[in-house]
Amino acid sequence: MSSPAKHVRPLSPFLIYRWQYTMALSFLHRAAGCALSVGLLLLVYWLAAAAAGADAYANAQQVFANPLIRLVLFVISFSFFYHLMNGVRHLFWDAGYGFEKAVARKSGWFVFLGGLVLTVLFWILIGSAGGAA
Amino acid sequence: MSLRSPVGRVLGLGSAKEGVSHWWSQRVTAVGLVLLGLWFACSLAQLGRFDHGAILSWIDTPTHAVLLSLLIGTAAWHSQLGVQVVVEDYVSNKGWKIVTMLLVNFIHVAAAALGVFSVLRIAFGAAA
Repeated sequence: MSSPAKHVRPLSPFLIYRWQYTMALSFLHRAAGCALSVGLLLLVYWLAAAAAGADAYANAQQVFANPLIRLVLFVISFSFFYHLMNGVRHLFWDAGYGFEKAVARKSGWFVFLGGLVLTVLFWILIGSAGGAA
Repeated sequence: MSLRSPVGRVLGLGSAKEGVSHWWSQRVTAVGLVLLGLWFACSLAQLGRFDHGAILSWIDTPTHAVLLSLLIGTAAWHSQLGVQVVVEDYVSNKGWKIVTMLLVNFIHVAAAALGVFSVLRIAFGAAA
């Protein structure tokens, strides 16, 4: 018969490891991916409204003008640039490059800050073109 | 040392070479989305106007309609693969897992179909 101690399950890494920002970035990649799935639905809604006609598109424009939806769009745009850059970081790992601790940490900061910069640049470009989505 | 189980060896079963298909599809769509995603972001940033006429005339270009359709299809595929992993990780109840995955798959296929249909509808001039 097995002793009760045998049934103690191992703990998940995030419960026993010291917190490191690379872990947060890893989780953020997944969270950003989920945000982008929502973004895909919004993109399809936008295109369907455009195809449905002027009235439906005017409705969609009102929806996208809502401050809360604006905030969602901003979060999705950051998710897009971060997930894209961190995704390329993952592809390098898949090819066997960039695993050294110092490199992985540096590339982590690079993709996070790069994502932020590209997001701000993106909205400046959209804003300067005079367009309100 | 072989990692094959004794019963697998007796039955002559081996790898169907499909174990990596999820992983590989995710990578292929990822590379595609780097290109399509950057194109889409640059297009939005350059578009300038977002009124109905501007959007219709932007989509009503063969290149844009094809790239946009590819973006929707590839993004839906990649998204399905990703959300599947999230569901597998966080939905522990077997019944709920199946129900959630069905729902996730239906939503992705429906979104891709509606998205591509909308683009083609505009591109073929059927949109009002």
